[in-house]
Order: sequence, then C-alpha cells, then structure tokens
Amino acid sequence: MGWFTKVKKPLESIAFKKRIPEGVWCKCKGCKEIIYHNELVESFGICPKCSHHHRISASERIRLLIDDATFEEKDANVTSADPLKFRDTKKYKERLGSAQKKTGLSEGVISGSGLLESRQVEIAVMEFDFMGGSMGSAVGEKITRTIERGVEGEKPVILVSCSGGARMQEGLLSLMQMAKTSAALGVLAEKKLPYLSILSDPVSGGVTASFAMLGDVIISEPNALICFAGPRVIAQTIGETLPEGFQRAEFLLDHGFVDMVVPRLQLKLTVAQLLDFFCGEVAY
Amino acid sequence: MDYLDFEEPIIKLENRIEELRERSQSDGKDFLPEIRKLRQKANRLRRDIFGKLSPWQRTKLARHPMRPYTKDYIDNMTSGFMELHGDRFYGDGVSIISGFANLDGHVVMVIGQQKGRDTKEKIKRNFGMSHPEGYRKALRLMKMAEKFNRPILTLLDTPGAYPGVGAEERGQSEAIAKNLLVMSSLRVPIISVVIGEGGSGGALALGVGDRILMLENSVYSVISPEGCAAILWNNPEKVEEAASALRLTAMDLFSHGLVDEVVKEPSGGAHRKPITTASTLRRVIRRHLNELMKISSDDLVSTRRNKIRNMGYFYE
Repeated sequence: MGWFTKVKKPLESIAFKKRIPEGVWCKCKGCKEIIYHNELVESFGICPKCSHHHRISASERIRLLIDDATFEEKDANVTSADPLKFRDTKKYKERLGSAQKKTGLSEGVISGSGLLESRQVEIAVMEFDFMGGSMGSAVGEKITRTIERGVEGEKPVILVSCSGGARMQEGLLSLMQMAKTSAALGVLAEKKLPYLSILSDPVSGGVTASFAMLGDVIISEPNALICFAGPRVIAQTIGETLPEGFQRAEFLLDHGFVDMVVPRLQLKLTVAQLLDFFCGEVAY
Repeated sequence: MDYLDFEEPIIKLENRIEELRERSQSDGKDFLPEIRKLRQKANRLRRDIFGKLSPWQRTKLARHPMRPYTKDYIDNMTSGFMELHGDRFYGDGVSIISGFANLDGHVVMVIGQQKGRDTKEKIKRNFGMSHPEGYRKALRLMKMAEKFNRPILTLLDTPGAYPGVGAEERGQSEAIAKNLLVMSSLRVPIISVVIGEGGSGGALALGVGDRILMLENSVYSVISPEGCAAILWNNPEKVEEAASALRLTAMDLFSHGLVDEVVKEPSGGAHRKPITTASTLRRVIRRHLNELMKISSDDLVSTRRNKIRNMGYFYE
C-alpha cells in the first residue's frame, strides 16, 4: 500500500494534535499567562483570560462550524503528486510524508458537505500544520471541487483560509491553482450562489490573492494576519519597521477589505444569519 | 553593465571584429580573412553558450538590462497605439502600459508590464512591480475591450507585484484575485505572452488567457529563485539549485502543459535582434488571434475555463 492511500484516522481523535502544547498547563501566546490546557481545548483555542485566538486544526474548525455528525468528508483521497521531482534540502515527498504524519491528514485541506445550523453547505478548511497550509495542485483541486459541488447542488460555499500561500515545491502548477479556484468562483457567482470567505491567522500570498479575497462576504477572526506580502518581506523592501497592527484583521477592516471581524465562537451564528440574508425564505 | 557574465567572451570577440573593421578602413589594410575567421568563432561560441543555458542563466537572460520590454513590442509589433490611463479609483499604475493598437488588421487592447530602461524610467515604472492601481487599470480596460468586442493581448514582464505598505493598504491581494476571476470569464479572446520575467501572482494577474505563450528565454515562476533559495534552502547562494528545481523555463513549462507555445528568439537572445523577435512574435500572435476570433464567446469562455480547470497534478 502506497503512502498516499493511507487510511485516515477519524477526525475527532486528531483534533488539537500538537497545536497546543501537551501537558496540563500551557502558556497563552497572547497574554503569556499560564492556562489550563483542557480549558483551551474546550474553548476552541481561545484564551479564557485575554481572548487570544490560538490557531486550531482544520478538524477542530469543522467541529466548530458544522452541526454534530452531519459532516461528510469528500475527496479525502486527493493527494499531492510530485510532478517536478522537487528537492531542496529535503525531498518534497519526504516533506509531504512528515506533514501527513504530523497532521494525520492526506492533504492541507479538509473538504466536504454538512449542515451549518441546519443549513446545507459545502465547506473546505485549510490546515496550517500541513506544510504551512500551502496550496499545491491537490489543495487547489479539493477547493475547486468544493466550489463545483456548490454549483451542482445549488448550495452555499464556505472556505476557511489559513495558509502561507502557494506551495513552492510544485512550481508554476501551484500558482495556477490561484486561477483555477478563482475561475470556479466565477461560475458560482454566475449561478448567484453565495460564497463566504472566512480568514483565520494567517492568510498570505497566493491564497489571499485568489479565493480568500473573493467572498461575497469576507469574515476575519480577530487579530489574524492577512496579507499579500508578509511583514518581513515588506520591512526588508522599505527598510523600516512596520506600524503595530499592520496587516491585521482590524487593519483590513479599516481599509475596506473585510466585511467584519468576528470572534471565533460567534462565527457559526454569524454565517447562519448571513446565509439567511442571502437565500433564506422571505415572508412577505 | 549591458551584458551578462556568460555573454562576455562573445562580446569581446565582437568588439575585436569591430576594431579590425575600423582599422581596415583607416589603415587601408586588408583584415578581411581574419575578420571572417573571428566571425565564425563568435557564431560557434554563441551556439555553444546558448545551446546549453542553465535555468539560472536563462533567468538572467530574461532579466537582461537590454531585453526588449513591453513598450518595445508595442512599437515594433503594432501601429497606432494610443495609451489609456488610470484605474478610476486612485491612480494610474504606471508599471503597466495599456491601450488600443492595431496588430495585423486586428484592433487589440494591449496591456503589459513595463520595467523601465534607464534609472529615471526604472524608478517611474517601479521596476515593473505593479501596485493595485495597475491591476485595476488593466481590469477596467479589459472590461472595456469586452464591451467593444476587441481581443486582449497581455505582455507579462515583472519581478512580481510590489510588496509595500501602500500596496497592502490598497488591497494588492484583492486586485490580483479580482483579475483572475474576471479574466476567466471575459467574453473576448485573451492572448498572454511572457516576454521576460513572469513573477508569480504579479504576472498571473494579467495571465489568464486562452493562449499562454512564452518567449524562448523568458521564465515564469511561483517565486523567484532568490526567494526560493532563501526560504527552502535557508541560503541565498543556492539560486542555481532553486532555479533548476522550480522548472521555470519556457520549455519546462511547455512540457508540463502550462504553456501553449514557445516562441523562438534569435541566437543570443531577444535583445540581440529586438525587431526580428517582435516580428516573429507578431506572426505567432496573429495566427492565434485568427483562430480565436472564429470561436463564439460562449465556447471561448467554456474552453478557457476548462483549460484552467485542468491545471494541476495530483493522485486520486
């Protein structure tokens, strides 16, 4: 059996794996206070003291947004090939292997159908722990298929981005995934079906510059870094340090590039309400 | 410096030939046999060097300071070019030149990135790195071309979209993303040509075409070899390895089915004979235009969407 046909572990068991340090106590990345680990897990990664939103896994995110036991995963067997036989200090295949081991996922995105507050949706959630949530051919394909299922089933599409951008190890093929996903959204828009883009820390590069910025409504979690070029690259270009809060969710809200900044625990109800605005029954 | 390290031996020979020619005129001495010999040597040398360019050497050639830019192609391929300015929101976005022109009997909307030849122009054009204004101007004019049923020709030549504070504030990502979506559904033919440096998202924002062509010595990549070396090798000196690993040359991309045609350049590169290069490219563009103009708008859009849809390699 090849590595790419490996049977996946069920979603629940891998939730939070490695994301929040093992042990009973851990340190909040926001206020640096010591918090009880289980408490952080219970609250979907939100610090009970300062409300800092820690990064959570794709499967945890699905548990947050999709009604219990209604999620049906699709295209779990779509995985990366290595068309360029790419090798830097390590082989791309080895990097893929360790990402799969680390996350228990076959690729950097989980996609499928489910109910959100009893509303049928197609959803894809990116997994940052899988090679920085980078988008290669397989991620692009799964996201495109999610959008296409929305078109076919006349359902709203929700994409949750969390990514460092295009996956360098697939060269221009990964760049083209930007065009592929955006083109699919063009078809969805023609069918007048809603697309909600949810941004979680961080979203950058080729993912920001494609589907993440194309939502009918774009929602970001508080303090998420959302950028085209990363702060380090920009600081290098202009040779200065950047102002506090630059490229954070609130900065984008101020500049008109996201519709709203919504705390994690309110995301589900916000999305449900939006879906009703888009396509709920209207009583005259 | 107007030539690259690997061009140096050829340039030296050519200078020697020129010197002998001048001397034969002033001294009245006959250097013809020697000149002929040197010419043969120069040709051989050029074939040797350019016959086996490494991906990194080709990248350098794609960025050659003398390489023809968008403006040169507009001058040498089209007539009656009229530049149109502005995104109607914020600015002109002068790293991109755009406007109507005639190309072999077609009226086309030409949109291309301009790097700038001398220091003053380089600064004005921001070295070909666009701000959101440039992409939004391009979008406005592409939609205008669609409105008046004119085909679109885009010329890609940029190190990338500009990574700066203002660019981020004004939505660089949104500008690029919007172009990708809209280009995929425009109802007129789009031909995109990488003429020099196809720098990532900044190039792709003008590159969603029915035909994607590349000049022989141009490159197109998800990240620059420098950036890739710094991130993946953690060593900026590994640019040669990165350039090879990224498969960014025209022939590599053609073999992966991402590029429809590779347009031949004169021996030694486009900058050796800019006018010849332009007329070769013009003929190729005309051939594709003639094909595309016969296709109905519906078929055009669905074929383009299919083409983009099928890009990618994965297991299932």
